Amino acid sequence: MSDRVLVVVRAGALTTVQDLGRPGYAHLGVPRSGALDPPAAVLVNRLVGNPPDAAVLETTLSGCALRPRRTVTVAVGGAPGPVSVGGRPAAWGAPVVVPAGELLEVGAATAGVRGYVAVSGGIAVEPVLGSRATDLLSGLGPAPLTDGTVLPLGIPAGPPARVDGAPQPRPPAELVLRVTLGPRDDWFTAGAVRDLTTRPYRVSPASNRIGLRTEGPALERARPGELPSEGMVLGAVQVPPDGRPVVFLADHPTTGGYPVIAVVRAADLPAAAQAPPGTPVRFVPVRRR
Amino acid sequence: MRALPVGDDALLVEVSSGEEAQALHAVLLRRRAEGSLTVREIVPAARTVLLDGLADPDRWAAELTTSRIPEAPSHARELIELPVRYDGPDLAVVAGLWGVTEREAARIHAGTEFTVAFCGFAPGFGYLTGLPDRYAVPRRATPRTAVPAGAVALAGPYTGVYPRSSPGGWQLIGTTDAVLWDHTRTPAALLTPGARVRFVPLGDA
Repeated sequence: MSDRVLVVVRAGALTTVQDLGRPGYAHLGVPRSGALDPPAAVLVNRLVGNPPDAAVLETTLSGCALRPRRTVTVAVGGAPGPVSVGGRPAAWGAPVVVPAGELLEVGAATAGVRGYVAVSGGIAVEPVLGSRATDLLSGLGPAPLTDGTVLPLGIPAGPPARVDGAPQPRPPAELVLRVTLGPRDDWFTAGAVRDLTTRPYRVSPASNRIGLRTEGPALERARPGELPSEGMVLGAVQVPPDGRPVVFLADHPTTGGYPVIAVVRAADLPAAAQAPPGTPVRFVPVRRR
Repeated sequence: MRALPVGDDALLVEVSSGEEAQALHAVLLRRRAEGSLTVREIVPAARTVLLDGLADPDRWAAELTTSRIPEAPSHARELIELPVRYDGPDLAVVAGLWGVTEREAARIHAGTEFTVAFCGFAPGFGYLTGLPDRYAVPRRATPRTAVPAGAVALAGPYTGVYPRSSPGGWQLIGTTDAVLWDHTRTPAALLTPGARVRFVPLGDA
């Protein structure tokens, strides 16, 4: 149906289509991808009556503006910010009706980094390997949105949630990342392992969907030379030659040759996706579960 | 064999050679197919196999480190033939490093049976082993900003084919028209870990 579409009026700095990603293909070099803050994506889907894995839009800092050609229910979550429909303020973190042809504006984030916009029926672009997610590392899935992009919408699965709003965690003032050491902590000096877990780091502006880059003490290697390429997991803290740890996020490469000093607990990664450049970061060692 | 814990639910199983990694990968795939191994990802690499998304990593660490890896059956997989033109801009450099003519370099490459040791870098990019160690070549000092799709390339002990245009620092020795990656095809990747590969020269090479 030709009016079951969403017109992107203002794409914002970086807005991509995301769902829960395409796990299971790492052996073919395919990143998992998917929403960087999965709990936020699942919540906005629930607010508009979508299944948890429906495709949503993930915005970055500057929001976006959208015009549906037929009346839809939307919910905006993740990074908080102003929302308006047809120029009138609308609720954040709650189901909102956008009449056909009206403009939905998602303003710049007032805290956090990644906003999520769910639309009843979900974004119905063609799936690739079972997922509609945009993967910026390997270029799978739809390209990042540009002004004028027209997105197909699916058929609504159920009624929107009967809530006025849903609690969502505040973006962190300090990012605390619990880590388990290894598998290559022995490639670093004892001092480097101590530095990682006791000294302050900050989120670098060079962070992206591939990795959360950090600024702070450079970690000193005990073993020089190259590590033969090995498989990489989500949350791996990889240390490139400059010694600054990089936490691998959803679009991370599936194999790599820099040693991984530690791995961040999956439960702490959504907050990492919401930490703006400059946020203090602490790596806290924990035992494996 | 060592099994290193990776986070809460993954294991990096380290073996002593690429051949052992491939054999272990084959064993783990078989166990998953039988239903005795439940895991989200099995990622073979140069000297390791990563198991990600294990319910009980400690049990698997104990089991794997006390078991022996059977030798991989060498002809278990079908042979994929990739037609190639040995016309790459770095063929002369590679021939020089090998101390042979360009024609001989092409013959050496085309005379080798390769195995896809692992994938990575880009969807459908396979790291192919098979060339003897003496033919290992360094990466280019300055990577190219755009390597064309289908470029057949060498770096270190590996041969690879670029599935799509991308930056790259490997030495380009040839070109194939084979489609390495097509997400509408099953499987999407032409080269999957464990596959056997031969390059078949087109024309008079």
